[in-house]
Amino acid sequence: MNIINILEEIEKVDGEIYERLNPRRSAMKDFFNMGKKISLAAMPLALGSMFQKAYGQTTPSTVTDVLNFALALEYLEYHFYNHALVAAPTLVPAGAPTAAITTIRNHELAHVNLLKGALGTSARAEITYAMTDFTAGGLFPLVYSDYLTFLKVAIGFEDTGVRAYKGQAAFLKGNGVLTTALQIHSVEARHASHIRQMLAANGVTGLKPWISLGPGGIANDTGVSAVDAVYVRENNDVQAGVTITGIATGVTKAAAVECFDETLTKAEVVVIANLFLKTGFKL
Amino acid sequence: MKNLTEQNAPELLQKERSVFDSPLERRSFLQFAGAGAASIALIAAGCKKDRGYNPIMSGVTLDFKNDFGVLNYAYALEQLEAAFYIQVASNPPSAFSAAEKAYFQDIQFHEIAHREFFKKVLSTAAIGNLEVDFSSINFADRTSVLNAAKAFEDLGVAAYNGAGVRLTTDAYLTVAGQIVSVEARHAAYIRDIISNGTFADLNTLTALGSSDTNGLDGALTPDKVLAIAKTYVKTQINVINL
Repeated sequence: MNIINILEEIEKVDGEIYERLNPRRSAMKDFFNMGKKISLAAMPLALGSMFQKAYGQTTPSTVTDVLNFALALEYLEYHFYNHALVAAPTLVPAGAPTAAITTIRNHELAHVNLLKGALGTSARAEITYAMTDFTAGGLFPLVYSDYLTFLKVAIGFEDTGVRAYKGQAAFLKGNGVLTTALQIHSVEARHASHIRQMLAANGVTGLKPWISLGPGGIANDTGVSAVDAVYVRENNDVQAGVTITGIATGVTKAAAVECFDETLTKAEVVVIANLFLKTGFKL
Repeated sequence: MKNLTEQNAPELLQKERSVFDSPLERRSFLQFAGAGAASIALIAAGCKKDRGYNPIMSGVTLDFKNDFGVLNYAYALEQLEAAFYIQVASNPPSAFSAAEKAYFQDIQFHEIAHREFFKKVLSTAAIGNLEVDFSSINFADRTSVLNAAKAFEDLGVAAYNGAGVRLTTDAYLTVAGQIVSVEARHAAYIRDIISNGTFADLNTLTALGSSDTNGLDGALTPDKVLAIAKTYVKTQINVINL
């Protein structure tokens, strides 16, 4: 049993393992010196207590805040799809469309459960379907009776989810939780890609699997002005100070916009999410 | 870290000291040490016994000691993807539909833009151009091209997801997030044209670290990603300080 290698493996996913174990790296020597004195059989126990010390403590409040924010969004997404499947069974056509929406619903539920489990007693209060309003106060009155409207709201949710997660990434920097968040984030992007294809298959023109430049250079490429807030800055083509348009032959403004998704701040996401929450339950 | 390792391996320390004491710079020592018989040489946990021999150095070296290493890693992967899509877009399989041709053009420019972005950000720290090996792909065959594209995109997603935690600069972390979601959109699109509805078949991605139960996409450490990617790269990629 090579403890050093185990720690190195952990360090690969958690760069702060040593700081977690003890703020002073040099103090780790104490542990290894102790290791020499105790029997091999007792080592797993000693290691266990060491990791308990490292990870068993309270998660930094910023991390908890980010995860609870993500949990709220996942509740919303889950209820949005679940209600369509259980309460409006004729809304989504049978076959591939229902299978796709079911896949997505199941992922959102898995995300809810994963985040709830990770947060434990720090998890926010549950958001139930009764607390939601997917007509957005009458903005989308046909959300559960017109399939196309449903898909348009769905793409708003998915693209918001993608942008929301990446907007929080920096708050999870260097933390093992970041990897999990990124793994959720790219699944949301896969959903977004598919819903965009579902809209295209139902006659919505100009909608690509990736967010492109809207008509006349606007940020919103969906043609649904009610979801403009979801796409703010999506027509940006400068990344980390580098102008992407024309960076190589053939990289048009549209390509430059498509190849980087943009972030949304928490405040921006809250405004969008609150459209779908009843008064008294808003974030 | 280094001290701890050496403390537990005094004989290794001796061996390393003798190298460090020689006129050789530490950096070039690591480069020598990084050149293994395999195209991916690792100096990381478990590979320390390889230090001190393998005197032939060739190829490029990804030094994960800082963010530039991670960005160069992304640059390497984007070079690979761009080269693949350039070849597909310039001469697509005859069985491609007009829409598929158009979207593969789009993806080509996305990957070229990613590649050039990293090159610009890295500036003088950028690794050189990789020589690709696409001999395993039949570019005239739609299925072969789509399966290769799927493999590249799913791997790219897992690579970015697994590397994010290594980044220490907010701006780079955010940009990595901005790129990975586009790769995921590509992956979903390509999966859907292979078989509609497979956009997020997470149970087929477990080798890349996904979990269908938890709704999680793939995430792999750079050593694992490069071990898979090396099929498509002639240039030796050395990895140090992982």
